[in-house]
Amino acid sequence: MKPRMMAGSSGDTKNPKIKPRPIVRIGIFLISHSIVVSLLCFAAGIVALILLPLFAKNTYISENALMPGSANSMLSSQDVKEANKLVKDIIGLKLSSEEARIEIPRLIAQHMADAGSEVYYHKFHPQMSQFYPLHFFSGSPNSGNIKENHSCVSHAINTVGIIRAPRGDGKEAIVLVTPYNSEKVELGEALSLALAYSIFSLLTRVTWLAKDVIWLAADARYGEYASVTAWLRDYHIPQFSALEKLDADICFESGYPHEQNENQIRTDVISRAGTMAAGLVFKVVDKHKETDKDTLSIYAEASNGQMPNLDLINIVNYLAVHRQGLRVKVEKLYFLLDSVFLKIVGDVLETIGKVARSLNARWEFGIPVADYIDGAATLASSMYHQALGVPTGSHGAFRDYQVDAITLEISPKVSLNNEVRILEFLLRGGRLIEGTIRSVNNLLEKFHQSFFLYFLTSPSKFVSVGVYMIAFGLLVVPLPIIAASLYCDANVLDSHCIKEQQKSGPASTNEAGIAFQSWRWLHAAKVVLVIHLWGAIVSLLPYLMYQFPEMTPTTSMLSWGLLSIASLLFLHQILGSPYSCVTVNQSPNREWAVLKSMMIAAAGIGLGLMSIINFATAQIGALLIVPMCLMVHPLKHVYRAGRLRTLAVTACNISLGFIGFPPAAFLFLKAYSEGLGSVSAGDFWNWVESLWAWNSATYLYLGHEGYRLKHCRHGHCQGGQNQRAGEQNDRYRR
Amino acid sequence: MAFQWSVLYFLVLLQVSFTPIFAGSSGEEEFSEELLLRPLPDRKVLAHFHFESRAPPTEIYGHHHRLFPKAIYQLVQKFQIREMELSFTQGRWNYERWGGFNPITSANAKPPGVELWAILDVPPDQVDASWKNLTHTLSGLFCASINFLESSTAYSSPDWAFQPSSRSLRYGALPREAVCTENLTPWLKLLPCRDKAGLAAILDRPSIYRGFYHSQRLRLTSTEVGSEKGMESGIVLEQTLTIVLEPDAQRPNTNHLGGRVLQPSWSLRSIFGREISGRCVLAKYSTVFIEVERNLVSELKKLGRRRGVAEIASDSWTDPFFDLSVTPDKTIKEMNVTHGDSSSILYEFSTEKYLDYEPFDVGLTWKLPVVWSSPQAPFRASRFLIGSGNQRGSIAISLKSTEPGEGFMSDLAREGCTVRVDVFQVVPWYVKVYFHTLQVFVDGRHRRVTDALEKIHVSPSEDKVSPGLMEMVLRFPCSMKSATLTIEFDKGFLHIDEYPPDANQGFDIPSAVVRFPDFQASTYYLKDNSRKSALLSKFQEKNLLLSYTEILLVPLATPDFSMPYNVITITCTVFALYFGSLLNVLRRRVGEEERFLKEASMRKGMLPQLLSKLSAKLRGKYKDSPQSSSSSSSLLNPKLMFKVALVAGIAVGWHYYFE
Repeated sequence: MKPRMMAGSSGDTKNPKIKPRPIVRIGIFLISHSIVVSLLCFAAGIVALILLPLFAKNTYISENALMPGSANSMLSSQDVKEANKLVKDIIGLKLSSEEARIEIPRLIAQHMADAGSEVYYHKFHPQMSQFYPLHFFSGSPNSGNIKENHSCVSHAINTVGIIRAPRGDGKEAIVLVTPYNSEKVELGEALSLALAYSIFSLLTRVTWLAKDVIWLAADARYGEYASVTAWLRDYHIPQFSALEKLDADICFESGYPHEQNENQIRTDVISRAGTMAAGLVFKVVDKHKETDKDTLSIYAEASNGQMPNLDLINIVNYLAVHRQGLRVKVEKLYFLLDSVFLKIVGDVLETIGKVARSLNARWEFGIPVADYIDGAATLASSMYHQALGVPTGSHGAFRDYQVDAITLEISPKVSLNNEVRILEFLLRGGRLIEGTIRSVNNLLEKFHQSFFLYFLTSPSKFVSVGVYMIAFGLLVVPLPIIAASLYCDANVLDSHCIKEQQKSGPASTNEAGIAFQSWRWLHAAKVVLVIHLWGAIVSLLPYLMYQFPEMTPTTSMLSWGLLSIASLLFLHQILGSPYSCVTVNQSPNREWAVLKSMMIAAAGIGLGLMSIINFATAQIGALLIVPMCLMVHPLKHVYRAGRLRTLAVTACNISLGFIGFPPAAFLFLKAYSEGLGSVSAGDFWNWVESLWAWNSATYLYLGHEGYRLKHCRHGHCQGGQNQRAGEQNDRYRR
Repeated sequence: MAFQWSVLYFLVLLQVSFTPIFAGSSGEEEFSEELLLRPLPDRKVLAHFHFESRAPPTEIYGHHHRLFPKAIYQLVQKFQIREMELSFTQGRWNYERWGGFNPITSANAKPPGVELWAILDVPPDQVDASWKNLTHTLSGLFCASINFLESSTAYSSPDWAFQPSSRSLRYGALPREAVCTENLTPWLKLLPCRDKAGLAAILDRPSIYRGFYHSQRLRLTSTEVGSEKGMESGIVLEQTLTIVLEPDAQRPNTNHLGGRVLQPSWSLRSIFGREISGRCVLAKYSTVFIEVERNLVSELKKLGRRRGVAEIASDSWTDPFFDLSVTPDKTIKEMNVTHGDSSSILYEFSTEKYLDYEPFDVGLTWKLPVVWSSPQAPFRASRFLIGSGNQRGSIAISLKSTEPGEGFMSDLAREGCTVRVDVFQVVPWYVKVYFHTLQVFVDGRHRRVTDALEKIHVSPSEDKVSPGLMEMVLRFPCSMKSATLTIEFDKGFLHIDEYPPDANQGFDIPSAVVRFPDFQASTYYLKDNSRKSALLSKFQEKNLLLSYTEILLVPLATPDFSMPYNVITITCTVFALYFGSLLNVLRRRVGEEERFLKEASMRKGMLPQLLSKLSAKLRGKYKDSPQSSSSSSSLLNPKLMFKVALVAGIAVGWHYYFE
C-alpha cells in the first residue's frame, strides 16, 4: 500500500493545497526518512534486547489448584532406607554388561511389583538418525519408520511400572522418568533409580492420589532421548502390524529377564494410564564439586523452542527453594559471565538506577551488576537453546506429544560416599519430587494458566512474550520501510527516465511502457523466487547424500558444497539467466533497487513467519539478517563515492555475509568458544545432522538464510564469469 | 379432632380388613439383607451388600406399603418403569486382580461416575419425554446431577448390544460425576431400617470411602406395567453396595522378595470399624456370607495335598490354612458344572441371634501364605487413545486373551470354534468418529473387517443433537491371543458456551461395554439350603459376562476464555477502521474540497498569514513559503519541538517538586 500512497502523493505535489490524511502523512514521513527511522529502530531493538534482563518479572504460581508445599511431606526415612538397599543391590551387581542389561531391569521390575504396581517391559530398537526432508511438515513425530534388521541383542529394555490411583478414574497420568545406562550403571544413576523407587513405593500407599503414576526406568544404552521417545511413540502411536510381533516372538527367549516367581511381568503389551498430565525426568549427578548446598538444575527447552508451562518450573523452583533448601540453577552461557561488554552495560544500568532512585525513591528499575550479568548469561542461554531447536534433555520427547515435562538434575553438595549422606540426599530429593507430584496431582485441568512463551533469566525470573516481542518488532520494522522506500525511489527514478524518453523519443510506446513499468517488480520477484528455489534444493540435497552411507563428515560437507554449486549451475542452464529479460530502457540503478526491495520484503515475511514457529530463532535471525539487509549496496555504485566509504561498506558487507553464512558462523563461534585448534569442516556436518535428528525448524531457517547468502555470493561469481551489463545487477543482490 | 381420629380408625380398619385377603394369595412385602465378604488375591477384601425389597403387584396388594419405599413405588408408577438400573461408582474395578468371571463382577463392576439405563413401558414416542422426567426425579432423589442426562446429546438408545431388549431402552453415563456420601445417604434412606440397624449399620462412611472401589447400585424390576401385568413378582428393588477395602495399611515386608507373604487377616471390626449388632427386625432374613473363591479353593487343595492334609472344608470349619473366628451356620458348596475340579465355598452366618451386647464380628485369620488369582473373563478388554494433538486421533479397543500361551479354553480350541464378542460404544458428538475407518487386527495381523464382524449397528452422531452409537457383534477364533479394533475420529469444535466448567480438563468418552454372550457368569449352588436367599438366587440367574472399559479423556482445542473480549475489541477496531475509511472514500468529493480550499486561502485572515510568515522566517525560507512546506517536514517543526520540550520540562519539574 505504501508505495502506492507515495506514488499518489508524488503525483499530487503539483497541487500543494490538498493535505493527505494523517496516516498517509505518517507513512510518507517514515518512508522519506527511511534511513534514519530504520537505524533508530534497529538501535532501539538492540537496546531493548540488551535491557531484557532488566524487565524480567518474578515468577508466580498462576494456577491456584497447584498449591505447592501446602501438604506435609510423607516420605519417611524408612522409605529412603528401602531405596538405599536398591542402590546397594544395583551397585553390588558385578556383572558383565550383557548380564547387566537383563539383570537390572529384572531387579527394578521386581521392586516395582513388590511395591504393588503393574509392571511391564518395553523393548525397543534404537532408531537410526535419518534425514527426512519434509519431516518438519508432516506433523506426527517419527511417523516414517523404516524397519531394519535388528539382532536380538541390540534392543534395549525399558521397565515401566504403573500405580493405579485407588479412587481415581484413570483418565490422567503423571510420568516419572529415570534414565540409566544399563551397560554401566554409575552411582548417580543408581541413586536416581533409588529416588524414584522411594517415591514410587510411597505413592502406592497414599490415599490422595487422583492421577495414575507411571515410572519409566529408561534404558539409556542408546541415549536417554531415544529410549524415552521409543516408549512415548509406542504409548501414543502403537503399531499393530505383524512385523514387530514376529520380532518380539523370536527374541522372546533371549531378550527378556526370566521370571522365576509368580509375579507375572508382561512383555508383549503396553499398559496405558490415560492422558499424560506432566512428565518429570530426574537424574542425580555426582559431580564431586563441593558447594554449600545441594544443587538442582532445571532443563526445560524442548524441540523448536517449545517450553513447558511456566507453572511446572515454578512449583519445582518453589519447593526446591522454600521447602527443601536446594540451590536452583538454570543453564547459562558461562563464557558470558566474564564478558566486559556486559559488565559495562551492567555498570551503566546500575548507575542509572541509582540516579533515578536518588531522584525519586519509587523509581526502582536498576539492578545490581552481578544480577544483570547473570540474567543476561541465562537469557542468552535460554534464547540460544530455544533458537537451536534441540531439546536439552529427554523431556523434549514429551513436548512432541503436547505433554509438559522438565528435567531435574540434582547434584549433591559433597561426594556421596557415606551412607548418612546418601540417605539425607535421597530424602531431600524425594520430598521435592513428592511435592511436585502432589501439586500436579491437585490439578483438575491440564496446565494452561501460566506462560508458554517465555525466556528465563533466573529460576525465579522470566521475560514473557509481551516484553521480548518489542525487541523483535523494533528489529524487523526497518525491513518493510526500507523495502517501500526503495521501491518508491525506483519509481521516481523511473518516471524521470520516462520523462527524458518522452522528450527524446516518440510518445507512441508510452502507454505500454507505463503498463509494463507497474509490473516491473514481477521480474525481481522471479529472481528472488529462483534463488529461493535453489536454496530449497540445497537444503534438500542431504537427503540424496544419505543414500550413500559411509561418508565421513568432512567428505559429506565437501560433497554437499560441491553439489550445491553444481545445482546452481544446473538451474542457471535450465531456467536461463534470470536476468535475460532486462529491457533496454531500464536503468541499472532502478533495477537493483527493485531487486533489493523485493528481497527485503521476502526476508521480512520470512522473519515474521519464523517468529510464529520459533520465536528465538526469528529473533537471532533478525539480529543477523536485518543489518545485512540495511547495509547491502551495489559495489559498482559504491565505487563512485569516496574511497574510504567504499572500503567501509565493502568490508561490512563481506564480514556480515561471512558471519551470516551458517557454516562460517558456526566455525567462527566454535573457534571463539573452544579455540582454533578444534575446528574442522566436518563439525558443521555433525551439527547440521543433529538438527535433522531433532526435526529442528532451525534447519529450515538456516537453509533459508544460507541460500540467500549463497545467492549473494553466487551473484559475485556470476558477475565475474560473464561481464555482460544486464547480469551485473545480481551483484547487488545484497 | 374426633373426625380425624375416626378417619384414621377407618383407614386402619380398611387396612386390616383388606390385607389378609391378599396376603394369602400373593405374599407379603419382603425385605432381606445380605452381606458377602470375599478375600481378594491382592491383599484386599471385597464386601458386597445386597438389600432386596419386594412389593406384590398393585392389583392384588394395593397402593399402601409397609416396607417398600414409597418414592420408588411412585417412580415406577409414574414413569411406567419396567426395568431400571442406576449406579454410582468411585474408583475402577480391577478386572485382572479382582476377577472378571463371577456374578458379582458382571453385575456390580460399573464404570466410574454415574450410569443409568431404563426400560420404560410407554408408547415409543413418549419414551424420550418420560426419560427426561425420570432423570430429573432421580437427580432430586439421589442428590446427583443425573439431570444432565436429560439432554439428547448425553443419552442414547441402544438396540441390542447393551441389553437384549426392546426399543424403549435408554442408556446414559456421566463419567465425571463425583460420588460421595451425599449420594449414599438417600440410597440408605430407601432401606426400612436405614443405617440404624442390621447390616447397613456397619457402613461407617470414612472407612467405606477410604476403599479402592465403591459402587452403589439400585436396580428396579417391575411387572406392574405393560404386557406382563399380573405376574406374581410385582416390584423388586435391589440395592447393592460393592466395596473393596484393604484390611490394614501394613506393607508386606520386602525382605520376602521371592518368598510368600501371609495374606492379611481381617475381621468386620478391622475393615469397617464397626460390628453387626443384630439384624434389622423388619428384614425377613439377615445373612453374612464369606466366600472362598474357586481358584483359592483349588490352590488350597493343591497346598493341602503337598502338605499331606486331606480335603479341606468338608466338615471342619477350621482348617490348616485359615481360621474363621465364628463358627458358620452352614456351608454351601458350588454345584460345579464346568470349572475344573474345584468349586467355591460359601460360609453362611445368620445374624439373627446376635444382639447389642454380643455383636457379630466375623474374621478370617490366615495361617499359611497362599497366592492365587481370581477367575478371569476370556478376554481382558481395554481401550485407549492413539495419536496426539488437537486435530485427530483414534480409539483403540484391545482384547487380550487372559490365559497366556494357547488362547483361552485350550480344550475348546478346535478349528471352527469361535467366540462372540459384543461391543457397545457411545461417543459424544464432538468426537467425530469415521465409522468406515474401523480396522481389525487379530494377533498382530490386519484382517478384513467383514471377517470378524458379524453384525453392526451404527447411528452416527449429529452435531449438538445426539451422540454417536456403535453396536457390534464380533466373532473371533477361540485360539486368538489378542485383537485390536481401531477407529479414527476428528476432534470437533465446540461453541464457546458449550464448554463445561473446567474446560481445559478435556472431554470424556464414556466407557464401552464389552460382552461375551457365549459365557455365563452364573454360579449354581447345591440345593440343600432350606432358606431362600435373594443373593444366591441372584447368582444363579442368567448372568451375562460383561466388562466395562476405561473412560477416555480427549483433550479438545480449548479457547482462552478471556479471548472473546480481546476478539470483540480487535474486531470492532478493525471494523471501525475499515468502514470509516470506506465511508470516507465513498463520500469524498475531491473537486469540491479543492474549491473550498481555494476559497479559504482567498479569505485568509490576518493572524494565520502572520503566523505563516513568521514560521517561514524562522526557517529562513521567506520567498516560497507555501510551496516548500512539505508535509513531511511539518512534524519536525522546531517550534513544535520546542513547545513539546518546554511542556515536558515543566511536567518533570512539577513532578519532581511535588514528590
